[in-house]
This record gives sequence, C-alpha cells and structure tokens, in this order.
Amino acid sequence: MMGRMRTSTTTRSLVAAVAATALLAGCNAGAGTSGSPDDGSEEGSGSGGGGSEEGDGEAGQTGGSAPGGSDETVRVGLVAEPASLDFTTTDGAAIPQLLLDNVYETLVTVDAETGEIVPALATDWEVSEDRLTYTFTLEEGVTFSDGSEFTAEDAAFSLERVSSDAWTISLKSQLDVVESAEAVDDTTLEVTLSRPSNSFLYALTTRVGAMFDTEGVDDLAEQAVGTGPYTFGTWDRGSQITLERNPDYHGDAPYFATVEMRYFQDANALNNAMLTDAIDVVSTVQAPESLAEFEGGDFQIVEGTTNGEVVLSMNQQEGNPLADPALREAVRHAIDHQSLLDTCWAGRGELIGSMVPPTDPWYEDRTGDFPFDPARAEELIAEAGAEGTELRLRIPSLPYAVSCGTVVESMLEDVGLEVTIDELEFPAAWLETVFTNKDFDMSIVAHVEPRDMANVFGSPDYYTTYGTEEIQALFEEADTGTEEEQVTKLQEAAALISEDAAADFLFLLPNLMVADPDITGLPTNAIKESFDLGDLARG
Amino acid sequence: MVLRLLHRAMVFVLSVLAASVLVFAFMRVLPGDPARVALGINASEASVAALREQFGLDRPVVVQYLDWMRGMLTLDPGIEFISKAAIGPQIADRLQVTLILVTTSMIFAVLVAVPVGIWMAVRHRHADGVVMSAASQVGVAIPAFLAGIVLISVFAVRLRWVPSGGWAVPAQDPVGFLQRLVLPSIALAGVQAAVLARYVRSAVLDVLREDYLRTARAKGLRPVQALWRHGLRNAAVPVVTVLGLQLATLLVGAVVIERVFVIPGLGSLLLDSVAQREILTVQTVVMVLVVATLLITFLVDALYLVIDPRLRTGSR
Repeated sequence: MMGRMRTSTTTRSLVAAVAATALLAGCNAGAGTSGSPDDGSEEGSGSGGGGSEEGDGEAGQTGGSAPGGSDETVRVGLVAEPASLDFTTTDGAAIPQLLLDNVYETLVTVDAETGEIVPALATDWEVSEDRLTYTFTLEEGVTFSDGSEFTAEDAAFSLERVSSDAWTISLKSQLDVVESAEAVDDTTLEVTLSRPSNSFLYALTTRVGAMFDTEGVDDLAEQAVGTGPYTFGTWDRGSQITLERNPDYHGDAPYFATVEMRYFQDANALNNAMLTDAIDVVSTVQAPESLAEFEGGDFQIVEGTTNGEVVLSMNQQEGNPLADPALREAVRHAIDHQSLLDTCWAGRGELIGSMVPPTDPWYEDRTGDFPFDPARAEELIAEAGAEGTELRLRIPSLPYAVSCGTVVESMLEDVGLEVTIDELEFPAAWLETVFTNKDFDMSIVAHVEPRDMANVFGSPDYYTTYGTEEIQALFEEADTGTEEEQVTKLQEAAALISEDAAADFLFLLPNLMVADPDITGLPTNAIKESFDLGDLARG
Repeated sequence: MVLRLLHRAMVFVLSVLAASVLVFAFMRVLPGDPARVALGINASEASVAALREQFGLDRPVVVQYLDWMRGMLTLDPGIEFISKAAIGPQIADRLQVTLILVTTSMIFAVLVAVPVGIWMAVRHRHADGVVMSAASQVGVAIPAFLAGIVLISVFAVRLRWVPSGGWAVPAQDPVGFLQRLVLPSIALAGVQAAVLARYVRSAVLDVLREDYLRTARAKGLRPVQALWRHGLRNAAVPVVTVLGLQLATLLVGAVVIERVFVIPGLGSLLLDSVAQREILTVQTVVMVLVVATLLITFLVDALYLVIDPRLRTGSR
C-alpha cells in the first residue's frame, strides 16, 4: 500500500510542478502590470514603496490633498472576520490586517517589496551614538479622522500606552525596551531605550507602533480613530466591514472611495464569490489546488512569499521521546520536503530549512542541512533503539496542518516510527493542549508574525521547548549589537536551530491572491501585518 | 384540557432548566480559555488571569450561572467578552435571518412533499409511484450541505442565475434578498421534502385502507374525491407531528447551510462564538434554539387538538 501511495505521489507532484511553472509565468505577467506606474490618472496611484521613500526627502508635503480618486468601490474577500476592532487587547491577525496602515498609521513602515524600513508618519529619524535615543521628525499637518491634529504628544502617548496596562496582548512585550517617549516639540519625538535594540525600529512598523489620538482610545473595540488613508465605516457583523476614503488624508488620496472587506469562513464560498464576481479580490487563497479554477486568463493570480513558516515542532522536554536529538535528526532526514510540499500544498510555497523567510536580511538557504535520506533516518532510529516509537502528532484544524499532517505521518511511518494524528479545534483547543499544557510530541503550525525566530525559539518555556542558553545568548547579541552583528548572529542562530533539529521546517506559506485582471497595487509578498489598501486601484 | 396544558407548561419549564444547566456545564468543560484566545499564543499566565477576572470567569460557577440566568430572564444577556457588543440585539438580528430561511424552507418542503406524497400513495402500485418513491429514498440520503454545494456550483457559478451566497436586507434590496434566499432554502428543503413525502405517503396509504374510505368509495366517490373529503384530515395527524420535528431539525440544519452560503444567521453566530469561546453568546444562542424547539413541540401538541376532535374529548 505504501508503494502504491508513493507512485501516485510522484505523479501528482509532477502535475503540480508543471502547473506551478505555468502559473508562475502567468503571475509574473500580472506582477509586471501592477508594478508599472499606474495609468497616471490619479496623483494617488504610484504610492507604493517608491512613493514613500521619496517622501523622505520632500517630507510629502502634499498637505490637504485635493479629493482625488474615483467613486468606485472595491470588494475584498477575506477569510477571518475580526472579533473586535481593538488590537490592543485582542490578538489575531484579522484586526491589524484590516486597520493597520489603512486606518491607523505608524511612524515607520516596511516596504513590501524590499523589506526595508521606510518613513511613514515620521519623515526622518536620527539614532544617537550609543543607539539608545531615537529622535523622530514627524510630518506636519496630519490630522486624525476626528479632526484633531496629530502631534508628538499623540506619538509619545501611543508608545507609552503600549507598556501600560491598557495594552494586554502578548505582543506588547516587543516595546519593553522603550524606557520613555517624550514630545520635544509638536513635530519632534524622542524615544529612549533601556538598551540598544535592533528590533525596536522594526517593532514600530507593526501594530505596537500604531499611532492613536490621545482623545480617541475610549471605545477601541467599536471605534477606530486614526490618520490613515481610510476611515472606519460600518460593520455588519458576520459579513462585512466597510472603510471610507479619508477626505483629509495627508498623503496621496487612495483610488477607491470605499473598500468593502467581506468575510468568508468557508474557503469554497470565498472562491465561489470570486468566480461569480461578487468580490474583486481574494486576499488569501485558502486551498492552493483551487487556483486551477482561476486559471485561463479571466483572473489575475498573484503569487509571492509570506512570513509564515510552517513549523513541525518537536516536544523535547525531559521524558519525551523527542528529547533525544538523534530521533529529531531522524525525523528531519525522514521528510522529503519537496514531495511533501507538492502533495499537501500543490507545490506552492518555498522550502526554507530554518526559521527565516527569504525576505529577511539574514536569510541563508539551509535546506541542505538535513537532506531527505530515509536510510540515514532508519540508522539513527536503530542506534537510538527507538524503532516503533509512538509519537502523537497533535495538529490544529487548519487546512495546511490537516493536509500536511497525513503526509508527515506516512513519511515517518516509512522509517519505522508510529504516528497518531489528533486534530484539535483551532485556536481554543489547540492552544490549551499543545501550547499551554505541552501535551504533545509533535505539532504543525505556521508562525506568521514577521521576524519571529527569537519569539519562537528563544525560550525553553515556549511550546517549542528549545531555547537553549546558547541560542538565547545569540539572540541577545543580535539585538544589542550593530546592524552587521545582528545579521551574522541571526544567521548563526538559524544555523544552530537547524543543526540542533529544534524543529523541522516544512515550508514557507505562499502569498496567493486572485483578483480581477484590472486591479493594480496588490502586494506580491505578504510580509506585513496589514493588508495595504491605499495602493489598490483599477487600471 | 387545562390540566393537560399545565402539565405541558411544567415539562416546558423543567426542560429549559435542564438544558440551561447542561449547556452551561458543557461550555465550562470545553477545552480552551476565552482569555487566552483573546490575548494570543504568547500571553503570560498573569495577563491571562487578569483578563479572566475582567471577564468574570474567576467567580464561582454557581454565581456565573445565576448571573447568566438572570440576564436571560430580563432579556439582557450582557455583552460579549471580546467585541464588547451587546449579545441580545445581535441574537435578535441573526434570529430574524435564520427564521426567514427556515420558514421559507418549510414552505418549500410542504409544497413539494404533500402533493408528491399523495401521488406516491395513490399510485403505489404503478410504475410512476414506485419510481417517485425510490427517488424520495435517495433524496433522504443527500445531506443539505452537499445539496448546497452542488446547487451553488450549478446555478451560481456555472449558470450565473443567482449569487453564490451572502444576504440582503429585504426592505432595502427585495430582489437581491429573494435571489439569495432561493438556493439555501432549496438546499435546506430538499431532504426535508423527501422525508416528509415518505411520511405523507404512508399516512395516506394507511388512510386509504380504512373502512370509512371504502364506504365513501361505495357511495360512488372517485378515489381522489374520497381522499379529499374524508381522508386528508385523518392523514394530517401523523404528518403534523413529523412537521414539528422537522422544523426543529431545520433550525439545526440551518447552522451548516448558513456557513455554506455565507448567511449571517444564528448558525454563523454560533460557530463564530464557539471558535472565539464567547461562552455567554454560545450559551444564549443554544438556549434560544432549545426554547424554539420546545415551543414548536408545544404548538404541535396544540395543533393536534385542532385537527383531531377525538383528542379533545379524550382529554376531558
């Protein structure tokens, strides 16, 4: 039976590879159109990464921009509806995806194409010699959607608020390094750190760096007051949220007057809505095999990368079978990653080998560390005397985990391990069993936060149960050292994590989007917490 | 009659109480902590504990239960943990949607099942009756969600006759509303119609064998006339029972169909709330469904009395 399965896997992977190549060609064409300076009908259009960088020099003094843009509405289909509008107290990717960079803005942001940090509400910043003081120069003439002016007071208030009890989500710890934030004058903000930190500036590009109005934080769950290109419109719970163009936006006016964010819990329903023209954009294609429905020229398919490392975690606490490094190495050798990707995710995505996506500056190809070698895996298992070891693979009920879980199971059983799969409801049941109680041997989950290697592998108390002293020292040195040191230390850390077989890295989730052919401004790579709507246009 | 009603009312209250305890207990043993879901995977124990306190989940369970019951009795079950939205109005909004869907499905099901069932009974020895009977057997076996998926791919995706899902407010967009109502109602009505048709068939067959019908025929009435004048009212008693039961299953079936068709009804609210561990919302929605089911049973009982005079005298 195993033999038969193999054959069919190979055939399928061939088909998938051919399809993927064809698709890649098609999508490059698509990316070409969206990258070109859009029709020029609007001053608002080409404000991608390039636009913001220019803002550096000229401080983007467009002032009260003329009401540009069209009267059109764009309908974006998404998978998860936010539970609340308040990302200061509610976790989950759906809220910053909707609000960050669209309604709330940050001082600095990430260029989605290059991965570099570029100006946003701050036009410029200086770092002191000892790298403890950051002085930001803020853009003038920016107002919040409630009419009040955005000043350094608001910026200081927003940053200090993160460390207060008002913020409760765990991500707030990213700004623990901030000692104080002070408004020197209306447009100058001085932030003092308790120690040099390379991750500080990057953290400001995420939701913890969002700029709030001192007067606008009373009802964050239902009201969002920001400086962004869009303002919060209406919310029909269970179906959609609308955003309206901010008439007083300080930058270039976005093309679309209204954005309807439509939420679909069911992947089929989302695809059907796209096929029947009920929506204009699918933000995330949930099942890559369904892309076939959109091929043939009627739709634009965007394929790029994300920050979502699909991690096969291995519980290495004392007393667990996988505490033995030899067994973990055997697991890594036993998995044929290319074949796995072809089988369970239609060949879309990238093989990584460690906890770094190719869009990070310290990426190195580590896929060669543990090549597919079932004979070596069996040898390691025999040496450890671990033939027939029973391993519980407890996976969340998410599409990639469910479909890749069975592939991992069959590959590990091929080398003589006994694997039982438990599917746990995500998030609640999975969080409790795997995360809190660590009652598992292996699990599969995608870690989608940007630059999260230290979060995921830096602590022995985290569910990955790794966090050796050696790796902690490397992370510390990387954060406090110079920028060059940061790169080398994080490269060393990624290598160490891979060599220690702290976990296996199945693949990097692809960014798959489908849209009407004339929609431009879609990000090729989804490496930000936000879904940038300001650049969308119909060309 | 009064005694009977009193008895019914007692059963009703006890059932509601028992159901509330069960639902409450179930939500407490369900793994997963609302505070941890809200705070994310890296949350510290201290912050989770603080949020549990804020949500009121650290109080003794009896207090939590009584608080919830008081909330429901005063028709104000409180606000959601995470969204801070009031639960009552949300449920009212969603319930309207689900009721429209369920009622339409029921009407579809009855409109199809009654004539088809009678036809199958009357023609039960003929080829067409047998074929229809077999077809209805197959219909019973098709799950509503599968019917939904097939209907969408044929009528929405291929033929583009109607939208593939979603909802429109009838007052604002009557055409859009009807277009979006058709497919889910048919999907939901399909199985029910098949089941109901089989009950109608056997009820009518039973009646056809009764002496009074033979008498009617002997008087010179044609079979259909006899059935129309004397048979149908008798056949209706068992059919109404099944209808009541089906209405309850329709409410539950709507949960799945709402997801397939992206309809913001009670079912979608229930599933989303379970995922978020919005315990209060889940409990309250389930209680609404329980009360609705019990009410239906109660009404069916009352209907018997209307349909069948023998029951009225019998209870005195």
